[in-house]
Formats: sequence, C-alpha cells, structure tokens
Amino acid sequence: MKEFIENRLHVNRRHFLGKVSLGLGSVALGSLLIPSLFNGDEEDIASGVGMPHFAPKAKRVIYLFQNGAPSQLESFDYKPMLNKMHGQELPASVRMGQRLTGMTSGQSKFPLVGSHFKFQQYGKSGAWVSEIFPNMAKVVDDMCFIKSMHTEAINHDPALTFMQTGAQQGNRPSMGAWLSYGLGSENKNLPAYCVLLSRGKGNGQGVYSKLWTNGFLDSVHQGVQFTSGEEPVLYLNDPTGSDKVRRRKMLDQLAELNSISYQQFGDPEIQTRIQQYEMAFRMQTAVPELTDLSKEPDDIVKMYGPDCLVPGTYAANCLLARKLSEAGVRFVQLYHQGWDQHGNLTGEMPNQAKDTDRASAALIMDLKQRGLLDDTLVIWGGEFGRTNYCQGNLSEKNYGRDHHPRCYTICMAGGGIKPGITYGETDEFGYNIVKAPVHVNDFHATVLNLLGLDHEKLIFKHLGRRYRLTDVAGKVVKPIIA
Amino acid sequence: MFFLRHRWYWMAIFIAMTAGAILWSQRQQPFLENASEKMPGVVDFNFHVRPILSDRCFKCHGPDASQRKAELRLDTEAGLYQSLRENPGAHVIVQGNPKDSELYRRISAADTSQLMPPPNSNLALSVYEKRLIKKWIDQEAKFQKHWAFISPLAAEPPEVDSDWSSNELDQFVLVKMEEQNLEPNGKADKERLLKRVSFDITGLPPSITMQENFLKDNSSYAYEKVVDELLENPHYGEKMAIYWLDVARYADSHGYQDDGLRTMWPWRDWVIHAFNKNYPYDKFLTWQLAGDLIPNPTKEMLLATGFNRNHKITEEFGVIEEEYRIEYVSDRTNTFGKAFLALTLECAKCHDHKYDPVSQKEYYGTFAFFNQINDKGLIGEFQDMSAFPADPPVILITNEDVKNVLAFVNKKDQDPVSVMVMKDSSAVRPTHVLIRGAYDVPGEEVGFQIPEAIYPYDTKRLPKNRLGLAKWLTDKNHPLTSRVFVNRIWQEFFGRGIVRTSGDFGMQGELPSHPELLDWLAVDFMNHGWGIKRLVKQIVMSSTYQQSAEVSRRKLAVDPENKYLSRASRVRLPSELIKDHVLASSGLLVEEIGGPSVKPYQPDGMWEASASGRGVLANYVQDHGDKLYRRGIYNFIKRTVPPPSMLMFDASNRDQCEVRRISTNTPLQALIMMNDPMVLEASRVLAQRLMLENISVQARISKGFRLILCRKALEKELNSLGAYFEDEKKYFESELQKVEAKLAVGEYKQEKVNDRAGTAALMQVITTLYNTDEAITK
Repeated sequence: MKEFIENRLHVNRRHFLGKVSLGLGSVALGSLLIPSLFNGDEEDIASGVGMPHFAPKAKRVIYLFQNGAPSQLESFDYKPMLNKMHGQELPASVRMGQRLTGMTSGQSKFPLVGSHFKFQQYGKSGAWVSEIFPNMAKVVDDMCFIKSMHTEAINHDPALTFMQTGAQQGNRPSMGAWLSYGLGSENKNLPAYCVLLSRGKGNGQGVYSKLWTNGFLDSVHQGVQFTSGEEPVLYLNDPTGSDKVRRRKMLDQLAELNSISYQQFGDPEIQTRIQQYEMAFRMQTAVPELTDLSKEPDDIVKMYGPDCLVPGTYAANCLLARKLSEAGVRFVQLYHQGWDQHGNLTGEMPNQAKDTDRASAALIMDLKQRGLLDDTLVIWGGEFGRTNYCQGNLSEKNYGRDHHPRCYTICMAGGGIKPGITYGETDEFGYNIVKAPVHVNDFHATVLNLLGLDHEKLIFKHLGRRYRLTDVAGKVVKPIIA
Repeated sequence: MFFLRHRWYWMAIFIAMTAGAILWSQRQQPFLENASEKMPGVVDFNFHVRPILSDRCFKCHGPDASQRKAELRLDTEAGLYQSLRENPGAHVIVQGNPKDSELYRRISAADTSQLMPPPNSNLALSVYEKRLIKKWIDQEAKFQKHWAFISPLAAEPPEVDSDWSSNELDQFVLVKMEEQNLEPNGKADKERLLKRVSFDITGLPPSITMQENFLKDNSSYAYEKVVDELLENPHYGEKMAIYWLDVARYADSHGYQDDGLRTMWPWRDWVIHAFNKNYPYDKFLTWQLAGDLIPNPTKEMLLATGFNRNHKITEEFGVIEEEYRIEYVSDRTNTFGKAFLALTLECAKCHDHKYDPVSQKEYYGTFAFFNQINDKGLIGEFQDMSAFPADPPVILITNEDVKNVLAFVNKKDQDPVSVMVMKDSSAVRPTHVLIRGAYDVPGEEVGFQIPEAIYPYDTKRLPKNRLGLAKWLTDKNHPLTSRVFVNRIWQEFFGRGIVRTSGDFGMQGELPSHPELLDWLAVDFMNHGWGIKRLVKQIVMSSTYQQSAEVSRRKLAVDPENKYLSRASRVRLPSELIKDHVLASSGLLVEEIGGPSVKPYQPDGMWEASASGRGVLANYVQDHGDKLYRRGIYNFIKRTVPPPSMLMFDASNRDQCEVRRISTNTPLQALIMMNDPMVLEASRVLAQRLMLENISVQARISKGFRLILCRKALEKELNSLGAYFEDEKKYFESELQKVEAKLAVGEYKQEKVNDRAGTAALMQVITTLYNTDEAITK
C-alpha cells in the first residue's frame, strides 16, 4: 500500500510539477485534487499549505472595489478650503499644468467646489467622514485611510486594469490570480479566487473579465465569477431531471471508462481528469450551501441590512464575501458599479453610499466578531480620485467632478493593517499629494507583504521576462503595517 | 490534536517548499529539463552558456545601455573578452583560464559582496551552471552569434539504420530519440490515427462512413488517401484559421469599456479562404501586412490588411486621443514582432531590450512603419447602430463584391459591411522615440528601421513602408520568418513546438529540441514555395506523427513532456473543437462556412452583469435555429466578456496577439461538460435519433460510442455501458415525470419516441461518453 501511494505521489507530483505554468501553490492544488496523496486528515492538508516567503499577517483578502471612482472629497478627504473658495477658479499654481481628460480639458473655467455633504470626526482616531457614510463612520477605529493614493491612468478602463493587474494594458494576471498562484487554495471544494458583481443606480462604467484574468498564468488561477441567478457558479447546477444520486452514478460510470483508458495509455492526465470531476462534484454541494443566505440569523441580516437577502445586491455580496472568506477562499473580489459622478453628484452619490455604506461596515464588524478580521484584509476603494473643480455647470445645489489620478483615498482594515490611522496627506485644495504618496505599485507590494509574499520574489517567467504584480517598482508601505 | 495539526502544517510546508524549489530550479534553468543532465563533452556557447548569461546576467550586463553596470556587457563578443574598467590588466574572460577570468571569479566567489549575480537580485547560478561556464572557458570560451539570428541552412537528414522512418522528419527525430536511449512507439491503431488526423486537419471527427472505409482499405495508400481528402475538405481552412485568429487577436467587439460591435468577420472569412486556397505563406503574410501597398491592389488584398486593425479600440468618452492612437501603433508593432519574428519587441518600448539586441530607437524605427495610418484614438458612440462607427480607413463590402471578387465572404443581407483596413497617409508622419514609452514625452526623431542584429534591412532595394517590411520578412535568408512559422504549425500538430517558447526565439526563449530538424523544415518550406498544405502533409505522413499515444512508465519518467517524440502526445481539443465535436457527432452541426459571428447558448446575465448598460452589446441576445449549431470558430467574441466556456477551456480572450494556448484540466471544465445545454441538447438529439433506428439497445450504445469516441467499443466497455443504461432506464421508468424535464433541453426539434424512459437513459449514456477524457482528446 505504501508503495502504491508513493508511486501515485511520484507520478502525480511529477506530472503537476512538469507543467511549468502551474503555481507555486500547485502542490497545494495537487493535494486538493488528490487528498489521499498525503494520506492524512484532509482538513489539515487543506489548511496551512501554500508558500509565503515569511510569516503572513493576512491569510485572505476581501476587496470591495468601488467601480467608477467615488469622490474622495465627499467621503473621507475633508477639505474645508474648498467650501471657503467655492466657485473661485482653481489656482494655476495648484494645477501646475497637469493633464486633464478630454471631458474637461476644453472647459474655459475650473471653479473649485466644496463638498455638499457635512463632515464630522468619529471614533478615538478622530477620522473625518462625510454624513453620507454614517455606518463606516462607526468602524473608523478599525480602519486605515490612505489619503495619498495616486495612479497613472486617467480613464476608467486603463485605471481599473492598472489597479487589478498592475499594468494599464497587456493582459497581465490580476491580483487574485497572483495570490492563487503564490498561495494556492485554503479550501478543497472552492476556488481560491471568487468574483462578485453588483451595480448601483449611479453612472456605471462596466467591468470586464480581463480584470479577473489569469493572464499568462494557468487558467486554474482565473477568478471564478459568482452570479446572483439560480446558478451561483456557471454550469454548477445539474440539469433538470437529474439529482445527486444520478450524478454520483454517472461519475462512477465515467471513472470506470476513464480507468480503462488509463490502463491502456498510462497518461496521468486521465487520472487528473477523474479527480477534477470529483472536485466538481464536491463543489456542487459546497457552493449552494455557502451561497444560500436564507438561513442567516436575524442579527446578521440586521447588520448588513435587508438588501442582503436580495441576491445580486452589494449587501448580499458583502455577506457572501464573508462566508466565502470564512470557508477559506483566498481572494474575494467585489465590484460595485455606479461611482462615476461627472454630473449630478449630489443626486447620485448619496444613493451609491446608501447602497454600500451599511454592508461595508457590517462586513468589518462581522469579521471582527468572528475573530476573522485579524487575518482577513478588507480593502475599500476605487480606481482614481475626482477633481476639486466642477465639471459642467456649477449650480447652487449640484455639480460634477471629473477623473483625477493625482490623489485619492482608499481604506483598509484587518489583516495586519494598523487600525485607526490615516496615512498620507493631500494639499488643502485636495489636488496634489503633500505627504507620503502611495503609488498603485506600492499598494500592491503592501498587500502582498501582508500575505507573507515578497513582491520582488513573487514572479512568473513568461516569454523570457520575469513578471511581477508590481512590474519593476513598488515599495511596501511599512508605516501602515501593525 | 493541536500537535497533530501543527505537525501536518510543517510537513505540508516542507513538501511545498521542496516542490517549490524544484519548480524554482526549473524556471532558473529553462534549458535544462532535469538537473541531473550530464555535463556535455563540448560546451556550446549558444546551447549551454548564453541561456545562463541571458537569464541571470543580461539585465545589468546586456543590451540595455541605460541599465548597464560597470560598463560591462556579456551579450557581445567584444564585451566578453574586454578588460575591466577598474583593473585594465584583468579581463572578463581569459580563454582557457577560468581562474583568471573575472566572470568565473565573480560567479564562484564565496564572499557575497563579490558574488554575481548579487544575492539581492533574487537570481543565482546552480553548481552545475558554474561548472558549465568553467568548462566552456577551459575549452577556449568560443563566442557564437545567437542561433535564431543565423540564417537556417538545411543539413542533410542524418542516415538512420531503421525502416521506421517514413520521411526526413523521422530521420532527425529518431537520431535524437536514440541519443536519449528511447525507441519509437508502434503505430497507432487505425481508428485512433484517423481520429487524430481528422481533428488535426479539419477540426471535425471522422464520420462512421469514413471510419468504415478506412478500416476496410488495406492498401498501402489508405492513409495518404485520407490525408489528401482531408486537405481538400473546406473545413481545413476553418481549423487552420482558429490558430491564426489568436495570432491576429480577432474579435467581434472593440475591447474597451462599453465594448461596442465591430464587423471584422469578412476578414476572418478571408483567412479561412486563404488557407483553403493554399495561399503560400509569403503571400498570406504580405497581403496581411501590406496588401494596400501592392501596386493596384485588389479589394481582396485590401481586406487582408484588416489583420493590422484587429487590435482593441477605445470608445471611452474623455480619453486623450493621442494616448490611444500610440497604443494602437504599439499593438501593431508588438504583434508584428510576436507573430512573424517570435520576438518580444514590446520590451524595447520603454528602454533598450534587456536581453535581445533591440534598442529603444530600433523599436520606434519599427513602430514608424505602422505609424502612417490616419486612424483615430477614439471612435464614436452608439446612437445609430445601423451605421456603426468603424474607424477609418475602411472598405465597404457590397453584394456586388460578393458576386464578383469576394465570393468567400458569407454576407447575409443587402447592407454593405464595413471592415477596417490599412491605408497610409500621403505625407510621412514623423516618428519619435517616446521616453519611457510615454505618448506625451517625445525624444529624438527616428526614421524607418528594424532591429539591425536580426537581419539587415537593405534600404536600397526595399521601400521604406510595410511592403518593404514584408519583402524583408520573406527574403529567403531571413533567419526567423520561416522557422517561426514551421515551428507554430509543428506545435499545432504535436502539442509542443520544436522551440517550446513559440512566441520567443530570443535569448530568453528555450532552445530548439531538434535544431537541425527545425532548420531543415524551414529551408524546405521556403524552397517549396512556402506551401502550407505541403508542410501539413509532411508532418502527418511522418512516422513520428503516426505513433500510438501509449506511454510506458519508463518513457514517462525519462521524458515526461515528450520532448523527444517517442510517442504521440495526448492533447486535449481546443475549446472550439470541443463544440465542433459535440455538434458534429450528434448530427447537429451546420456546416456553413463564414458569415457574421453567432451567439449560442450562454448562462444568463453574463453580459448584463458587467456591462455599463450602454451600446448594442449591453445585453446578450441569444440566436436561434441554425445559428445555435455553427462551429466554435464562429462564436461571438465580446472581448470584455468572452464566452465563459471558451475561457475555461483556455481560449484566448483576444486582448492581444497570442501564439500558444496553455492546456489545463480543471473542475470547471468538468462542470461545463456535465451541464452545458449545448452538450445536453446534443445528447438528447443523438439519443432520439438512435432510438428511432430499428436496432437493438446494444447497437444504439455501440453506435453512439463510435460517433463520440471514433472507434468501436471494447466488449468490457459495452457491457459496462449496457448495465449503466439498464440502471438508468429502471430509474426513469420509476420517475416518469423526470423524463420530460430531462428531454426538454435545447431548442432543437423533439423527435417523437415512444420509449421515453429508454430515450432518457440513452441520453444519459451519451452525456457520459462526451464526458470521457478520450472524447475531448485527440
């Protein structure tokens, strides 16, 4: 028996390792596919494998992407100067000739505009939060606000792609794919990288599957999109007229046919396929159990808000993200559309906030009460900031803001992040960074660091070049790490 | 329990680390399949030494002048033998004397402050690699030009003492095999060989008639006859086009944000046509690169230039147009490099190439060729889709054209179709080096030039435009064009190129497993008029190709990747062919060639969930009728949300030029095969058809088996499936209400079969057959 296992181990490991594009976590994968490889308690094997370069502070990530770029000036970056100078022209000494998008570069005037919404300080940390985020205001002492994020892209598509893949162009692997590659999965029945989509009523800018692409990595690292319909994962449900027992019988029949092939051809790929069918079968049970939110207790529903029982809403996705994370999914990526307020900001932004504020805060509180916040990193933010001047008409009650790559605010909580702090600073006009800038590459380096990965060592050689999520730059932002 | 957990944790980490180290070393040593490889008698610079220097040293001591440390470069002959800046008496390499060679001294230094590469680079040399370099210096350290930049010369195929060889290819292959103490497998059985060659040439399974005829034909020409027939089958063009569409990043949408509709499908129809008409590769390439510059171009030549307009185009309001226009020119330049030269030119966009002899200036010199067209950075919005906003220049294809010169365009209605093509403006647009690749930071102006080290561009003979570029590429002495193409075709048939990195023939690419074979093929290909069908026939007629796929434990251990071709590789069908196989074997396939792309079954809400809500492609409107049963190549590709089942089976998302698909084996693929309505509908339709035939249960199963696995079932397989059928039938008889639900799948018309439970059971058997590994493996 021992010999038999060793032989399988040998053949299969060679087989897995022979595929160059499989991840460093591929032994983890191997053990998932063939739990008996290590002949031990499956649960023990499923946890603890992976390959951090050093002790990780975070084991998993939930990234609440606010798609379209929420204004930092109406959320967390309080600039009373703009209210004081409301309607006055943006001084040239502040703009310094920096490029603008085609949407406002033709404007004859750039009137400054102050936040329509009131700000107040909250918590022990005294973080400034606008009135449209009353729930996030309650968890500021768990959060770190980075007010000095900046990016290179000035339009949605390249900026989103940059935030998610570390390059504006070029079909590079996304952040979640890199983590799946580097660390493998923590759960034998679920993908390592899950994607959840929702949409607010505000101006939407679309999301694209290239944002969760595996790029040149093996497609096993591709984000698996969960959907809000009857089928939580594509092609998961058995066809009508079938059931669990029939499926099991089919798999047994299939394994028999495949084994005949294997006996003849000796190709280990056939064995792998048998195991992949078994994992698919396990997913068919595990996923619906997990995505069924109807059995959540009242106090949880109350926390996330009644929307969390409506599939496909941001609130439902936050709750689902917590469950996936709890089950060991390495990277849960949410996208919420509708944050692109070129006009009608005072009309649209409160609705966007209303759709997301409560559930975002609830997620942090929920993780905390379960003791999961310590090793789960939560990220909230968009792809760039918004201008301090008005786009289009500045009326008494309304205005718009254009794209602004020079500065924006994101927040993070848990997973080894120092709680209750603010990092970086913008000038009093909210236009340029005056202290501790954080580039997108730095942000990526920091996230990888929290997960125990050295961003300069997490590499994949493709067409002769060693690629990294952080390309050729990136510095870990150490002051925000606990 | 805690202890136990702990122990497992560490064990798992240990195992992961060990395995990681193995993986690591594989990456660090791309040219070494296994670390125990013997030290070669004669150390070859091209094959042993440069790969190490390139991978571990060139980043700081290579072609990129701005990054070069200590004025030391190891990528040129002069650099390798030069004296040291800080100590002119000492030399990088002293031929025959490793101890006095600074290079060897530094790579073997015990003092980490002296050691190269420096530890903080995360790069290191293995003991074996150090020994190789030492031995190379001992043996006089001879420099050689990079193999891929030396024009190929056809050596005489080696003499082999064996009657195994069918043609020259086998002679080269056999010699390598023998060097590894491997012997070829026997010939594949006729049924499996027919399946393989049929999928490889037409992308479709052999019909039962074809199977019968081939089995019956005992003549020595039986196989060749089949090959000739397949090559004349018009589905050959479709099969060959699949791979070219990846190279050309073909899609049906623009690719950014709102991702609106484009109609480049007439260009796709041309590609199929060109393969079917067996256009020589030099013509195929020239028309696509420069059809518009050929004197008095025909409309077909103009259409072919759509190749260079297949890149993504933004429609995002507010973009800075020049930023995107530059992006498109870069895309054309990069595609040119990858598609025809197998070089990563894009690495020289922001700085000199780190590994290959491509300066940034040369990059922009090549860029200049593609910078002469008057296209726009941003194209229009979607108010009126009847005249969709194609980016000029365009050609309009009318019904008149289709009647006359473009008969291969499968046009469905009266409206002209607009296709984006190439057209240079009359005045030359000046091109500048862009500092760090930034569109708004121009540096010095550059003329038209290509990387000189690859192959010189004779400006006296060649015009300074894309036509000149095509002539440069198709010069018989060009070191790359032919090699790159024959290697790709080889890859399509064997699952692995002779150069495994089929997109990178540069310093960082892998070395050819059979260099003499590659060169012989490349020269032979050119000498025979760049004939693609001839090349395909050579490949499939070889004994190498016709081997069986059985793999012994020994062969698996010695050559797990089948680099030495001592067996046929079992290769999973690409995503498009999985669809084709399911539709063809069930009788559903609509064999029409070309035309607008189709929208088959797809899970609900995919486009809707991710779209911005704007544009004609915001909602997925599924097609009906015949359009559900077209070949996979015609599936509509919306770039931001490509068909999910295709992505899961490793298809390209058509974001950029791709020359090789990886092949994975995942649980999501299992879910597709078990639950995709396309597979289930095919199972239902085939089951109903078989039930209507007046034959026994066993005969029905047996015929289904033969259609799907393309061979007769073994007795044990039939027995097992028969028992399974009975079990399923018993179940459905007891659960009749489930039968209706099961058979309801798909829009294809229902046949009236009296034995409903039997039909459902047979359908289940057929779905199971489609799910076997063998069904989707060629």
